[in-house]
Amino acid sequence: MTSGTKTNTVTLRYFAWVREKIGFAEEEISLPAEVATVAELIVWLKARGETYQAAFDKPEVVRTALDQTHARADTPIANAREIAFFPPVTGG
Amino acid sequence: MSIRVQTEDFNIGAEIAGLTGGRTDIGAVVTFTGTVRGAAGGSPLTSMTLEHYPGMTEAELARVEAEANDRWPLSASLIVHRIGELHPGNNIVLVVTASAHRHAAFEAAEFLMDYLKSRAPFWKKEARPDGTSDWVDARETDTAALQRWQKSPSKAAE
Repeated sequence: MTSGTKTNTVTLRYFAWVREKIGFAEEEISLPAEVATVAELIVWLKARGETYQAAFDKPEVVRTALDQTHARADTPIANAREIAFFPPVTGG
Repeated sequence: MSIRVQTEDFNIGAEIAGLTGGRTDIGAVVTFTGTVRGAAGGSPLTSMTLEHYPGMTEAELARVEAEANDRWPLSASLIVHRIGELHPGNNIVLVVTASAHRHAAFEAAEFLMDYLKSRAPFWKKEARPDGTSDWVDARETDTAALQRWQKSPSKAAE
């Protein structure tokens, strides 16, 4: 449901080489209501500057979590408060 | 069920004793330990630094552990994952599974490692003797390892 027109304040978190390319680990942003999915958020972020373009140069490689749960490109952002971007995980 | 993310090393014997102490229902304990290799792609490594996503790491490991407990009759389980700077030969990760019989313990331990490697938000950066360092690329084989767990014999995923 897209009833509101106001912006949504979310915390963005970046990890590993995504963090290094963007230059910091965390920021608060006001998200326009028309940015509805993870894929749309990436397009919106890339328009913010060169560092974002570098981090999301290959958006299909970057993984996303909404409120600390794995998400996909077509996942609706809905009312997520924390959105994280990171490379494919390499633990273990 | 237990999960720990820590910079300190772990002692496998002490961890097993902690899980099994005072219990007589356990007939099988399986452990897996992952350690730092001293070389990658033929070139030596000086260190490996592990970054993670505090909060999500614990949540994801708890989900993976709960899934294992749904699939197998486990008496106890433990995941310990280290973070920070590690060196060749150091321990990285420990998985312990305990059950009445060995098959559940073996399979659950492998399942936990396969899921951990593809879902838990950890990232490794390798440093070389010349001072350069690189983030480790995710391996296709780790993703492929998940495929065989997709069809659960006992329980539909949805």
